[in-house]
Amino acid sequence: MSALQSPLRNSILDAVRKNQPPPQPMPKIPRFHATAPDDHVTLFSKGVARMAGVVIADDVGDMDSFLRKRYPDAKVFCSAISEYEGTMRPSSLNHWSEASAIDVCVLRSPMGVAETGSILLSDIELQVHTIAFLAHDLVVLLDPKEIVDNIHSAYEHPYFKSRPYSLLMTGPSGSGDIGGITVHPAQGVKTLTVIFSPSPTSKRT
Amino acid sequence: MNPIDQAKNAEAFLADTTHEDRLDKLLWMMRMRRDAAARLVTEWEELRTLASEIKEHTLSNLAEYLEQFEANAKANGVIVHWATDAHEHNQIVYDILAENRIETLIKSKSMLTEECELRPFLERRNIRVTETDLGERIQQLDDQPPGHIVGPSIHKTTKDVATLFSQKYGSDPNNEDPAYLAGVMRDNTRPDILHATAGMTGANFVVAETGAIVVATNEGNADLSAHTPKLHICSAGIEKIIPTTESLAVFIRLLTRSATGDAITQYTSSFRGPRKGATMHVVLVDNGRSERLGMGRFWHSLKCIRCAACMNTCPVYRRSGGLSYGATYMGPIGIIVMPTFDVRKYSELPFASTLNGSCSNVCPVKIDIHEQIYGWREIMEAKGQIQVVKKAAMRVADKVLSSPELYQVSTTALSTTLDLLPHFAIYNRLNAWGKHRDVPEAALETFHQWYKNHRLKANEVLGL
Ligand code: SF4
Repeated sequence: MSALQSPLRNSILDAVRKNQPPPQPMPKIPRFHATAPDDHVTLFSKGVARMAGVVIADDVGDMDSFLRKRYPDAKVFCSAISEYEGTMRPSSLNHWSEASAIDVCVLRSPMGVAETGSILLSDIELQVHTIAFLAHDLVVLLDPKEIVDNIHSAYEHPYFKSRPYSLLMTGPSGSGDIGGITVHPAQGVKTLTVIFSPSPTSKRT
Repeated sequence: MNPIDQAKNAEAFLADTTHEDRLDKLLWMMRMRRDAAARLVTEWEELRTLASEIKEHTLSNLAEYLEQFEANAKANGVIVHWATDAHEHNQIVYDILAENRIETLIKSKSMLTEECELRPFLERRNIRVTETDLGERIQQLDDQPPGHIVGPSIHKTTKDVATLFSQKYGSDPNNEDPAYLAGVMRDNTRPDILHATAGMTGANFVVAETGAIVVATNEGNADLSAHTPKLHICSAGIEKIIPTTESLAVFIRLLTRSATGDAITQYTSSFRGPRKGATMHVVLVDNGRSERLGMGRFWHSLKCIRCAACMNTCPVYRRSGGLSYGATYMGPIGIIVMPTFDVRKYSELPFASTLNGSCSNVCPVKIDIHEQIYGWREIMEAKGQIQVVKKAAMRVADKVLSSPELYQVSTTALSTTLDLLPHFAIYNRLNAWGKHRDVPEAALETFHQWYKNHRLKANEVLGL
């Protein structure tokens, strides 16, 4: 804080203290856990589809052949997972704006959210944050066992208290700003595909 | 300065029936989507109560939470600034940019930076600003302020945008396909994004416990703006603080459902600190908020999470267009917030309402919006800010609201309220939206009747 900032800060805090209404209690937030675990996968898949994302529940086999078939025009395949090489790794990007040259990026998400169809990504999975919005197509592996019921459970994930960047991503970027009709993509990724794939390091059973 | 004449401004919008009719239908559809989404959440009303209580708790302990946020943000490597007013905010942002020799800035949508008129401030100092939100960029290119707090260009037709883009970007003026137009925008702004050396975002929520700034966008443009360059400046009003990540979940569940009917935005992002080699600044802005906190009758307006549900449901807003309010915040929330900035300039806004209570019914944080609107009318009268015709309109409202039975009716049935108001109170000069229309169709059903009758239809609309 600069020397000038300190009086400003204190005068704002003083004004706030002077005008604050009498303290009111913080309510206890119940844990709204409505769905049975069996429903999580179905609900999650519906949520992704509602936001124009795609879920692939079947085993895709060899990742390289799968991706080349699914994205025939793509040249730059970036892999942020150990089980697939791709044509490059996030660590090879010198400048973060270079992520815009990535056609397809493959990542693994540590958590899905049944209520919304969201997947969690952070600086750990992305390594280069801009991949989450500058790459053209995202392919995200998710262990179905890692799908939590709702947003309350999602925000219990330790990332939100420990990581500099965490993102709940739900479908590809979109906008309804022109004529009120939602179109994809907007500024961020063009497509988002979630592949159910058991995590090699899953702790859940 | 003369008071903003919302009614006169609305007349201009109403003169063009294509725009008026389209906006009315579009916003009503959003309201329907909101209702359908809310109905799918069993605990919706409980969440609204919780959100209201969390906000009231936070605002009544605001100084403590601001200090907690500051300490945690600093520990995360964020540089925290404090601004008493809009000018200080703008100067702080400019100084950061000047210090870093920044000439181009990309930014995501932020109503606070609109409130502070940051863009013209920076542009006068030779900093080129590119808005990255599609709607906000459309408004920037058209040299207009936002017309809606969630969809800034929602009042424009696809033809308007096709014409604008053809003039500014040389695209096909006859191609009105929104997907094509969004692509034009993407192609034209991407170079600015990739070469920008600084980015700005607003904040939907500021979490005291973790020092996190939480921003919700559909386009990913807050993330683009925050992380493509190495310098991220976030502007946040001091009322955006919430205590914990646990409480954040309550608001995230309510925000997008209330705004558009979707369960969540495509990108709901938590920014807690700079990445390696980058810098993150947060500017905490008062600009009249601490004063409003002391206004016994009006401090609840600080609970607002800017979802725009009150605007989408408001018959006056839907038929007047956002620009008619001549204000940063428009519709019901604008009516109760803008007079705190300038009582004279916004003295007529509290009359741009039917007091039907639908705004309060949809508000996810349970702000007593229509009661505050009535309160502002009383203040305008006490301050001698209103003309004779409005005094007459208010006496009618006074009669309605002072009787418990009539009041009950007025907040549950728009039709009844309008029946109670004499013709001149509805169809007078200040109710231009009424002069041009018969009584709004919402008058035919109450909010609750509507729920009952449209349950199935709304589900069909959503394809659920
Ligand atoms: S006043 Fe309520 S309904 Fe209106 S924008 Fe704010 S939170 Fe939403």
